[in-house]
Amino acid sequence: MQIAIASGKGGTGKTTVATNLAHVAARSGRSVAYLDCDVEEPNGHLFLKPEIEHRRPVGSLIPRVDAEKCTRCGECGEICQYSAIVRVGESVLVYPELCHGCGGCSLVCAAGAITELSRTIGTLETGRAGAIRFVQGLLNVGEAMSPPVIRAVKSTASEAELVIVDAPPGTSCPVIEAVRGADFVVLVTEPTPFGFHDLKLAVEMVRALKLPFGVVLNRVGLGGTETRPYCTAQRISILQEIPDDRKLAEAYSRGVTACEARPEYEALFTGLLEAVMNGKEPG
Amino acid sequence: MNELVVISGKGGTGKTSVVASFAALAEKAVLADCDVDAADLHLVLQPTILERATFSGGSQARIMPGHCTGCGKCEELCRFDAIFYDGPGNGREPKTFRVDPIACEGCGVCAWFCAEKAIEFAPAESGRWFISDTRHGPMVHAKLGVAAENSGKLVCLVRTEAKTLAVKQGLDLVVIDGSPGIGCPVIAAVTGTDLVLVVTEPTLSGMHDLERVAELTEHFGIRTLVCVNKWDLNAELTAELEARAQEIGVGVVRRVRYDPAVTEAQIGGQALVEYTKEGAAKDVRRLWTQVSEKLATSNPFAMR
Repeated sequence: MQIAIASGKGGTGKTTVATNLAHVAARSGRSVAYLDCDVEEPNGHLFLKPEIEHRRPVGSLIPRVDAEKCTRCGECGEICQYSAIVRVGESVLVYPELCHGCGGCSLVCAAGAITELSRTIGTLETGRAGAIRFVQGLLNVGEAMSPPVIRAVKSTASEAELVIVDAPPGTSCPVIEAVRGADFVVLVTEPTPFGFHDLKLAVEMVRALKLPFGVVLNRVGLGGTETRPYCTAQRISILQEIPDDRKLAEAYSRGVTACEARPEYEALFTGLLEAVMNGKEPG
Repeated sequence: MNELVVISGKGGTGKTSVVASFAALAEKAVLADCDVDAADLHLVLQPTILERATFSGGSQARIMPGHCTGCGKCEELCRFDAIFYDGPGNGREPKTFRVDPIACEGCGVCAWFCAEKAIEFAPAESGRWFISDTRHGPMVHAKLGVAAENSGKLVCLVRTEAKTLAVKQGLDLVVIDGSPGIGCPVIAAVTGTDLVLVVTEPTLSGMHDLERVAELTEHFGIRTLVCVNKWDLNAELTAELEARAQEIGVGVVRRVRYDPAVTEAQIGGQALVEYTKEGAAKDVRRLWTQVSEKLATSNPFAMR
């Protein structure tokens, strides 16, 4: 089973929920993999403190033009939707950062002048954090496109019984890539106007993807009161509530999981895991 | 004209709350909400929309079931797992191929190579953008469509419109609210700006993410400042964070204390500095003074 942890707004507690879920699941004897798909700013490693066993580069395919064979027909520039390859007078220029790796240019080139080669855009790291299998992707700084790195992280998911995907914030392509194929999505939110507004966007997103989901209300007590009635009206189940606890915030600041800092939270996250396992009907 | 962009690396550190207060404090600024996939600034500034337009970030493929022969060429060529053999039948074929619009990357390869010309490939609406008026000046903002692509292009559009508006109205500053992360929307928000303010928090995550975001702004050669928000949640880590920032060439500006008034102001639909003059609001005022001084010196030829 694959569970994705997402949120519209950043900083609502995705990593807190994901790492603690991995922790309680591992303690219950399940084989667990934690996949950090927030490849722009991965933070799960700060809490799980894994030993990294393997590192490999993640590439994206870009075209290389053989000037000898090229007839300057310009078809490659015609098919490319991203302006990543253009004919300028007598030469053909490639802009690797704009390339999405669709392969259109090499397919369309009648002269067979275009081959594809892999360009490194990030790193995939795998290892173990105790009983938890740990995987994270790291997008190279300056690279714009994270989805290929997220795909690489997700491609390692197969063997574990329970796969926990820590998604990036937002609702656009990187998030879609991270939650795609999940059996259940946990949306983490907080009771503030920003948290509530972005939760509604995240709900629209998971509904468009037709994925079953539920909500975790974090920092309950902050003051906003709109989220609960909204969830009731929308028939969205609130899977768990986490109080606004300064001790948790302090533990978080030091890279300590809630369950390690305050063992009484084990029950809370175990309850959440059960709610997720039982809650696969569409929200 | 100057462009100031507020980003954070890590999400949820208080970017938008800081920008809302800057909006109230800056006298002659256009606001640009470039967090287009989870925009929140409008919740505080309650803009009156004056103009709206649609945005297309690219085209999308659609298979016309009546023309599909089920040959499967499109599925074979698609690198984005966007084509499925579960479309409606058409008399000749029991099933046809179908494009999943969410997975479609808009590359057009399927349409180009379809021997039956059964695939339409046309610009798709991927968001909306708005020019608005707020109690603190004009604002350009946007809403990316649900599960849409190309947030970077929309960010560029919002920035361009904000600059055009500033020129038109004779304003000399654009304040940009950026998004978390270091990927395409962030690159689009910071490229070519005059000053970046990173709002972070005293946590190991905040520290880790600051390093990556600072590397990004250095890569693009933009002067960068950091402000530690909620600094008193961990004074020790705040000191470490500021020391680390200086090591990597990031200027340290006024810390902002943890203050429940920040959430109270948000709930009341107000900027913190409108809501109160005490506590964190004092810090944010001081922060604004510092940042605006840095802005003035970053571009000595700017009007001011």
